[in-house]
Amino acid sequence: MSHNNTSNPQSGIFGRFQFGLPPATAKSDAHSFVLDAEFDLPGSGVTGIFGPSGSGKTTLLRCIAGLQHAPGATLRVNGETWQHGRQSLPTHKRPIGFVFQQPSLFPHLSAKGNLDFACRRARTQPAQATINDIIDLMGIGHLLQRNSTQLSGGEQQRIAIARALLIQPRLLLMDEPLSALDNARKQEILPYLETLHRTLDIPVLYVTHSADELARLADHLVVLDNGKITASGPATELMSRADFPVPLGDDIGVLLQTTVREIDHQWQLARADFDGGAIWLRDHGDAIGTDIRLRILARDVSLSRSPTEDTSILNRLPVQVQEISDDRDSAMALITLGAIGEVDRASSNPENAEPDRGTNALLARITRRSLAHLQLKRGDQVWAQIKSVAIAR
Amino acid sequence: MLISESDLSAIWLTLRLATTVTLLLLLIGTPLALWLANTRSRLKGPLSALITLPLVLPPTVLGFYLLLFMGPNGPLGQLTTSLGLGTLAFTFWGLVIASLLYSLPFVVQPIQNAFAAQGTHPAEVAATLRASPWNTFWHVRLPLAKPGIVTATVLGFAHTVGEFGVVLMIGGNIPGETRVVSVQIYDHVEALEYAQAHWLSAAMVIFSFSVLLALYLVQQRRQTSAQAVVGLRYEP
Repeated sequence: MSHNNTSNPQSGIFGRFQFGLPPATAKSDAHSFVLDAEFDLPGSGVTGIFGPSGSGKTTLLRCIAGLQHAPGATLRVNGETWQHGRQSLPTHKRPIGFVFQQPSLFPHLSAKGNLDFACRRARTQPAQATINDIIDLMGIGHLLQRNSTQLSGGEQQRIAIARALLIQPRLLLMDEPLSALDNARKQEILPYLETLHRTLDIPVLYVTHSADELARLADHLVVLDNGKITASGPATELMSRADFPVPLGDDIGVLLQTTVREIDHQWQLARADFDGGAIWLRDHGDAIGTDIRLRILARDVSLSRSPTEDTSILNRLPVQVQEISDDRDSAMALITLGAIGEVDRASSNPENAEPDRGTNALLARITRRSLAHLQLKRGDQVWAQIKSVAIAR
Repeated sequence: MLISESDLSAIWLTLRLATTVTLLLLLIGTPLALWLANTRSRLKGPLSALITLPLVLPPTVLGFYLLLFMGPNGPLGQLTTSLGLGTLAFTFWGLVIASLLYSLPFVVQPIQNAFAAQGTHPAEVAATLRASPWNTFWHVRLPLAKPGIVTATVLGFAHTVGEFGVVLMIGGNIPGETRVVSVQIYDHVEALEYAQAHWLSAAMVIFSFSVLLALYLVQQRRQTSAQAVVGLRYEP
């Protein structure tokens, strides 16, 4: 439930919320909703808040913003108490930026008017250089003179994000900022969010129900289900688990933290190394030494008993079966694989190989028939063939 | 000249009354409308009914009770007498008070609808941008309610201009003090001065028509910005 680097009490976001909502305001129709969440999150980086709809993600975010009355709650952000006992800072006194799911520009103001609204109310008037940086970051320079109602959904959301940044928050809250947009608009905004992630030095809480957005943005992850936190931890670790608490279906897969170690100019490929091996992927111009996060979906990994050489599959990794678990689809099984490097494989003795969960494992989603055919069991060493690799960031 | 001195005096008095009443109604009606749009208080129902009452009551009923209320034995009459102001019945300010009540629903309802249509979202957005509730009211809620306020202003003004029954009950027929256009027309008809009655009546018809036409044209032009206000509400 709590992450393990809270040695500094001045850093981190600690909250405890325990209260029920009457049915009138809760989303569920019959039952009153109960939020029962205690968390201790890192005071930097992007924390994804993930869960199915109706799980209380938005309610939790609104509580942190002070938009939702949360009786008896406690909230401390990087050493400042925002709510405790009877004392609660009203929203307009909390140093937050909030990006809403729905369009939120003020229609009576131009795009620039919306930004000025924030500048005038910021804790300290942002310097013109800062304003220009944020405008460049979100790529909205050409939109400023427009009436906010003339902008597309994606453009509106970029202005809204810039507006939330101009207020110079100490905590940025984003409530499914992409969910109201179609896929093309999402792809338009995601790169801006990624840049934001790299340049921003304040903690971000990012609510989403998209595994793809999490893979690309989140450093840390909190999983909510029915008002309760069911898991919390580093995103790469948590998302790579076969028993991820929320069913991901086709989206289940692992995140690998890798470093570019070799560029093959002849074939335009790059080799990204991780603890348990190396993955070849299309060279996207990342310099040697660049850290990249790869996402490998379980459905893109197949298994073979022998190191087949006559295949077009580029990435074949020696792995060890750590666990065989049920998939939501009864015809499929999820295989958790520990990556073992070539060198290790040569020297390792299958007899005393202890199946332990490494952080950088692979997941494979195969049919039950293949599972029976290959007679796979825990501890077996097999070859994982990776059909496709996506750069998450 | 068919418009007499007393006609002009009635027109001037009517405009003075309608302007005074409209300004006061905007001051009273806007906070009232905001409260009604947001509150979950049990008082909302009774208060709304009370405000709407002048829409359905015969003006004479309202006028009758106001007359008693302001008269020498009524609570307000006693208060004003003890303050050395005399009674308000049959005075300009008596008319103002009566018109305030009479035109209140015409001002409160459009503004209330405009505030209610905003929902809570714009105010929440403003709060996350460090705007205090007071600041939010002036810079977000009020500008977004502008179409409703324009409608309320026009309706409040026009309705006060058109009032007759209450005036007759509470104001009587004192030239330059309480004799407004509608009463003047009544006098002309009583005196069988149909030509004068025609002139004033036609002027009233043209005035009312122009005002309403202007209002509809403005509202039509605002269709796009009205959509924007709706866009600010969340519809999944």
